[in-house]
Amino acid sequence: MSATTATAEPFAPAPEPVRRGRAATLARATLGQSRAKVGLVIFVLILVIVIFGPLFAPHSPTEFVAAPNSGSSSHALFGADSLGRDVWSRFLYGGRSILGLALAATIIGVGLGLVIGLSAAYLGGLVDEVLMRIADVFMAFPQIVLALLLVSAFGPKLWLIVLTVGISHAPRVARVIRGAAQQLVERDFVKAAEAVGEPRRRVIFGELLPNVTSPLMVETGLRLTYSIGLIAAISFLGLGIQPPHADWGLMINENRLSLIVQPWGVMLPVIAIALLTISTGLMTDSYARVVIGIDRGE
Amino acid sequence: MTTSTEPGPPASTGAVQVRNLRIELVRDGTDVVDGIVIDVVAGEVLGLVGESGSGKTTVGMALMGYTRPGGHVVGGDVLIDGHDVRKMALGELRRLRGGTVAYIPQDPGTALNPALRIGRQLSEMLEAHMGSTGEQERDARVREALEEVALPATDDFLKRYSHQLSGGQQQRVAIAMAFACRPHVIVCDEPTTGLDVTTQARVLQTIRELCQDHQVAALYVSHDLAVVAELADKVAVMYAGRIVERGPREVMFSQPRHPYTRRLLRAVPDLEGKRPIEGIPGHAPLPGHRPQGCFFEPRCLHAVARCRETFPEAVQYEPGHWVCCYRADDTPKDGPVLASGRGEAPASSGEVVLSAEKLDARYLRRQTLFDINLAVARNECLALVGESGSGKTTLARCISGLHHTYTGTVKLGEAALAQRARQRSAEARQRIQYIFQNPYASLNPRRTIGQTIARQLALFDPGSGRDRGARVEQCLERVALSARAADRYPDQLSGGERQRVAIARALAAEPWVLVCDEITSALDVSVQAAIVELLAELRKQTGLSILFITHNLALIRTIADRVSVMTGGRIVETGRINEVFEAPKADYTRQLLANTPTIEAALGHNGHGA
Amino acid sequence: MSKFLIRRIIFGILTLFLVSIVVFAATQALPGNAARAILGRSATPERVAALTAQLHLNQSVASQYGHWLGGVLSGNLGISAATQQSVAHLIAGRLANSAFLVLVAAIVALPLSIGLGVWMAVKRDRPADHVLSMTTLVLAALPEFVIGIVLVVLLATNVAHVFPAVSLVPPGEHAWDEPSVVVLPAATLVIAVTPYISRIMRASMVEVLESDYVTMARLKGLSNRVVIWRHAVPNAIVPAIQVSALQLAYMAGGVVVIEFVFSYPGMGAQLVDSVANRDVPVVQALTIIIAAVYVILNLLADLATILVTPRLRTAGR
Repeated sequence: MSATTATAEPFAPAPEPVRRGRAATLARATLGQSRAKVGLVIFVLILVIVIFGPLFAPHSPTEFVAAPNSGSSSHALFGADSLGRDVWSRFLYGGRSILGLALAATIIGVGLGLVIGLSAAYLGGLVDEVLMRIADVFMAFPQIVLALLLVSAFGPKLWLIVLTVGISHAPRVARVIRGAAQQLVERDFVKAAEAVGEPRRRVIFGELLPNVTSPLMVETGLRLTYSIGLIAAISFLGLGIQPPHADWGLMINENRLSLIVQPWGVMLPVIAIALLTISTGLMTDSYARVVIGIDRGE
Repeated sequence: MTTSTEPGPPASTGAVQVRNLRIELVRDGTDVVDGIVIDVVAGEVLGLVGESGSGKTTVGMALMGYTRPGGHVVGGDVLIDGHDVRKMALGELRRLRGGTVAYIPQDPGTALNPALRIGRQLSEMLEAHMGSTGEQERDARVREALEEVALPATDDFLKRYSHQLSGGQQQRVAIAMAFACRPHVIVCDEPTTGLDVTTQARVLQTIRELCQDHQVAALYVSHDLAVVAELADKVAVMYAGRIVERGPREVMFSQPRHPYTRRLLRAVPDLEGKRPIEGIPGHAPLPGHRPQGCFFEPRCLHAVARCRETFPEAVQYEPGHWVCCYRADDTPKDGPVLASGRGEAPASSGEVVLSAEKLDARYLRRQTLFDINLAVARNECLALVGESGSGKTTLARCISGLHHTYTGTVKLGEAALAQRARQRSAEARQRIQYIFQNPYASLNPRRTIGQTIARQLALFDPGSGRDRGARVEQCLERVALSARAADRYPDQLSGGERQRVAIARALAAEPWVLVCDEITSALDVSVQAAIVELLAELRKQTGLSILFITHNLALIRTIADRVSVMTGGRIVETGRINEVFEAPKADYTRQLLANTPTIEAALGHNGHGA
Repeated sequence: MSKFLIRRIIFGILTLFLVSIVVFAATQALPGNAARAILGRSATPERVAALTAQLHLNQSVASQYGHWLGGVLSGNLGISAATQQSVAHLIAGRLANSAFLVLVAAIVALPLSIGLGVWMAVKRDRPADHVLSMTTLVLAALPEFVIGIVLVVLLATNVAHVFPAVSLVPPGEHAWDEPSVVVLPAATLVIAVTPYISRIMRASMVEVLESDYVTMARLKGLSNRVVIWRHAVPNAIVPAIQVSALQLAYMAGGVVVIEFVFSYPGMGAQLVDSVANRDVPVVQALTIIIAAVYVILNLLADLATILVTPRLRTAGR
């Protein structure tokens, strides 16, 4: 009998007999928190309004249906806006642009930031230095200021707004991902991959990427929350979605001067935007708490 | 033999008395430690020995009325000078901590506050416990405390921050702090773990002298049996949250009765090389997963049916020697634990497979290796010994192509290799396999064990595609892991299992040389012994060569054929293992040998045979 | 330490230089004749020619940039295309008003958020912590204009009428002459940034409270107050300093929207107007100033970090 079999280590009874995927475990633990449940319910609610709202709108968002700033009537549930359009119908139509643009900006920003962050962390040296200096330059502009600068040059174009918001996210995401990846680069499993000659691309996407999914998810949630706020703010400033389109941010801008006589034109979109960002914030935070808990071995 | 309900000595003579202490997790009432009984009197050192996770630090901190967040004391008494710590109000507890019972931390590097000067950290201790004294008096006392631990009591030193001190100095500051208020009891929590043997020897000497001079009762928590053998008057062995055996030092080391104590002693490497080391299969059950009966039963060779039913109570065999085992009468029939006898090592051929010639290496602008020459023959195990900072890891990384700012040549057989692993031939990357110190860090946490090993096979044996699953199983089998391990992630394995996986991954490449960089230093002694056994077996079976890098002198005596001793980036001595150990030529080697604590020397020194 | 700081200053200057290129490039992006684009279609050929000469548009791009940067560095920020006034003159009073607003908000927000963060960490997982962490989480998610509008609804119009909804400041006067106009915009800023800083402070404190040296301080028998304020806070404050700088810089951007909400006569409202009018010289000047504020605040944060971190203070580099 060889010594190797004599010292075989039996396995300790595993905590769970069948290991679920990490993603499934995380999702379950996240939704186990009441704040995540609240967040999800609100998010789904808003999503339903955004997607199916237009189907239930009594009027076209641009049609004049009542006297300007008139109050609630059988004809217009929440009254009419300063031009006499139905506030409720405009509200039901007004979520698509904001959510669609925010999602697009988030995907661009997080994708760009991920690639930059991982490359900077792994390649290090000059590449890292140059990438981070460029990131510094873009971080020197508050996100809304960068957007305004480009709008002043190109005019209020939707693609431009999506792109600027996305680009302004990228250096912030890149910093977080770089920070997470730098700790990994020091870890021995990356050295082990280098010692056996794994190609750089494989080290970045095969070894590092799977280990930054948690911060990446948190960043995605955060950036979505901020994108919604930013896109809404740009439209609110009158520099995003242009009239006569129905959009929550624009609605607030259009109706804020008649706030006292016709509060719904402001309050409906304000509440919707607030609920939307709170819901994404709650879900992101719940997820982050779970991840931190797991990483600490709790 | 008497029953286990001990009245204990009267309170006046005992500085520390713990009875049936139980600590649970607040969350779900899982027991962390239970049934703890401790007696220490003034001027006495009790060594509390246990492997990681055994609960020894938890017990140590309980003497100060402290439990780490998440845990709480639910039963038993902790008496210090006859006063029950559990009944103290917050103000009394504050006076107790630091005043009556002082604590020496495991890692002073993290236990000293990085934002406060050394002087401040010392004087605030006195402020808290000798509040009425004047500032001048406190300053004088601070300086006195520093002098006691042989540190300079200068203004300059008092103004320093902890990061400006060496590890040994940091630990001395912590000791000075502990003794500053003249406590009656000292809790030492593995205070020499991070230190080199030379520094360790001096720190131990300081602690011993201070304990004797000031007649304090000391609880010395450690995983290191050799240190405890040198320092302690009494020893208690912890396993999975219970003290399974306790007694006077001589009895504990020469006539241990608990099967765990006996196996643990057999796992300790012997500097004199007179006995082989033997690992303990399996690992200790974690809180919440502990069996109904004796916790050691699943790993015990003496277990009987009764052991599975109830946890055995402590029974006294010799005066003061208490054992929790139903088989304690029979275990000594195994023979003495510190028995002699050495397994023969496989003979190596003269053919050199790996060599380094005239290696000079730099890290940033500093030269870290100087003119290194070494050669490993086929089937040979060459040990590379050195303390931290000696350059041994840099050397290992140069050899593996992970540290590339070096000059000189690394050769595989006759072929000189490029500096960087990426620029080396596929053959070089395959035949030299590096195994890292910390197996948790060297395995990708998001990959299953099977995926990790399969990737290695794909890299070095592209033809194995079809039957890769079977090959992965074979690889695991070679390191005595079951095929079920393939579906697990690293965090689902124990430390020893993870290191086996790392070895399996290296072997999957069919290497000629394994470069093992401190691969057992993160492991418990029983697991370390098992890994060492595995390596010896693999060598015998496959004709593998091993470059075994370690700081542990005693460990290599058991496994290596030759040894190179490193210090300050230079190899100061190379020779056959017995020659170096028995007739060391370099002063540095002599010093290392003299400072390495061993059980045999500690017992022999005091006139007790093993 | 000084070496480190000099390095940071050089990087700061480099960043500002690159920022100026980005800002300048934005002007270049204007399609066709920049002067015509700025002045609009109705402009007379003489005015277009005059602006073309003033912006050196008939010279090479590099030379245009050189002229412009030289002007910026010497305090000559150019002429507003919309009002034909000197940009410096146009924005000076606005800058002062914005600086006052940000200062008021910072004086309230910084101590408040540090204190809240410490308190939440000390009361970790107790009801007070849960309530506060939930509140800060919700507030942190809200866009600042939403906070502003809610404050207007609650305190200036529909619900109660305590403060002015619109920050009217007569021409020639400053915001500090009429302090009531600052209350709501400043409150909005405070509510917008406090959650971030306090949450970072809480997280950092929680980590430090679990550290070995805090355990050691407790085992030394020190009082809770000493453990928290002497041993924990100095080690926990660095992330809060860094994020405070970011948040103060963010305030410089956040004021853009908040000033618009309250029609507060600061540079933010000016920026929105100028962007709507495509008054490029003013937009350039304001963005450069905001970016400079960011760079300077970051430098100050680095300096503060060094001062509270002995390891950095005593290190050679």
